[in-house]
Amino acid sequence: MTPAGLYHPGTTMLHRLPAGVKLAGLAAGITVVLLLDRRWLPAAGGGIGILYAAARIPPRLALAQVRPLLWFAVFLLVLQALLTDWQRAVSVVLTLVLGVALAGLVTLTTRVSAMLDVVEALLGPLGRFGVRPDRVGLVLALAVRGVPVIAGIAGTVRDAHRARGSTVAPWAVLVPVVVRVLRHADSLGDALAARGVDDER
Amino acid sequence: MIVVDDVSHRLGERLALDGVTVRFAEHRVGVIGANGSGKSTFARLLNGLVVPDSGRVTVDGLSTAREGREVRRKVGFVFTDPDAQIVMPTVGEDVAFGLRRSGLPKAEITLRVTDVLGRFGLDGFEDRPAHLLSGGEKQLLALCTVLVTEPAMLVCDEPTTLLDLRNARMIGALLAGLPQRLVLITHDLAMLADFDRVLVFDEGRLVVDDVPSHAVASYRELMG
Repeated sequence: MTPAGLYHPGTTMLHRLPAGVKLAGLAAGITVVLLLDRRWLPAAGGGIGILYAAARIPPRLALAQVRPLLWFAVFLLVLQALLTDWQRAVSVVLTLVLGVALAGLVTLTTRVSAMLDVVEALLGPLGRFGVRPDRVGLVLALAVRGVPVIAGIAGTVRDAHRARGSTVAPWAVLVPVVVRVLRHADSLGDALAARGVDDER
Repeated sequence: MIVVDDVSHRLGERLALDGVTVRFAEHRVGVIGANGSGKSTFARLLNGLVVPDSGRVTVDGLSTAREGREVRRKVGFVFTDPDAQIVMPTVGEDVAFGLRRSGLPKAEITLRVTDVLGRFGLDGFEDRPAHLLSGGEKQLLALCTVLVTEPAMLVCDEPTTLLDLRNARMIGALLAGLPQRLVLITHDLAMLADFDRVLVFDEGRLVVDDVPSHAVASYRELMG
């Protein structure tokens, strides 16, 4: 299964749209969602649902895009309800969820390499100020790649604790996870150097 | 021709390589030794990942210290842990990553990616998330990412250590069939039977340099 935030292969129109168009559409879509009157938010949600269906994203994978927001959304809902009113709280949370859903749709239908091409093209003019667009692109790619890597390391460390019969306290997992992530970063650095990434000057 | 001339190198306080001198131009060269014997450091010398504290290393006349970029284009490197070599989220993108700065047209890059994946039994894997591959598939992917750039030589640092027997044999057979010159660092002595030459390292020194049967016998004796 494709984890949240990773490309889901397909041949739909949304998959075939150029990455630049999708990123511009995402910026426009989020702006619209932010400015929309709260009465229209459910309709916007319906529209985004139709886009997910048009991209043939399985419902479970669509939900996976917004599931990580669950606890934050609950916290925000309660906070907003206490500070303002429940209608305002619902609209703030809905706006957040719709924005993340839109971003999820773009990442699910766009290869990371296509997004890197756009980012590198956009940052190209900054080259004269010493910015390396290819490096920025690489950092973004590694950030995306880091999601399953860190999740995998955390899973392994949790399993190791369980195998020894320990209860898994978050603080006990944190240190070995950080150590292993740093080790992985070291190895990845070697692999990038071996592939000549450092030579691209 | 690889020339390693009186090379010494420290890793922290430890002398990882101690006055190593060797020349080789054979097609298949194996490197064996106990853990910490210096064989991985030796492997990293060969594409300039490690520049020696003293001595010099040249690959086909190119100095790894001064012409590292050219050396790395010539010498591909495969690591033990394929997970640490994956940069992009999907298989196709990861293989294409090495060609991003090649100046090749996108159609040519796609063609090369498809071709190399097909040759290593990963055809149709282009859109698969790389992190969901099996251990053997990941090591195949690592090989593809290196071979798509068409290096003249391949250095593999224990590429089968983390694999089960079936995958280790499969990777071993694929490596044996490559047209590239190969330097293989391994603990799997059986893989070296058909090699041209085997180097044995012990405590940072090159202690045996011989045909596989003699070198492996010496290594067994050395390990007690």
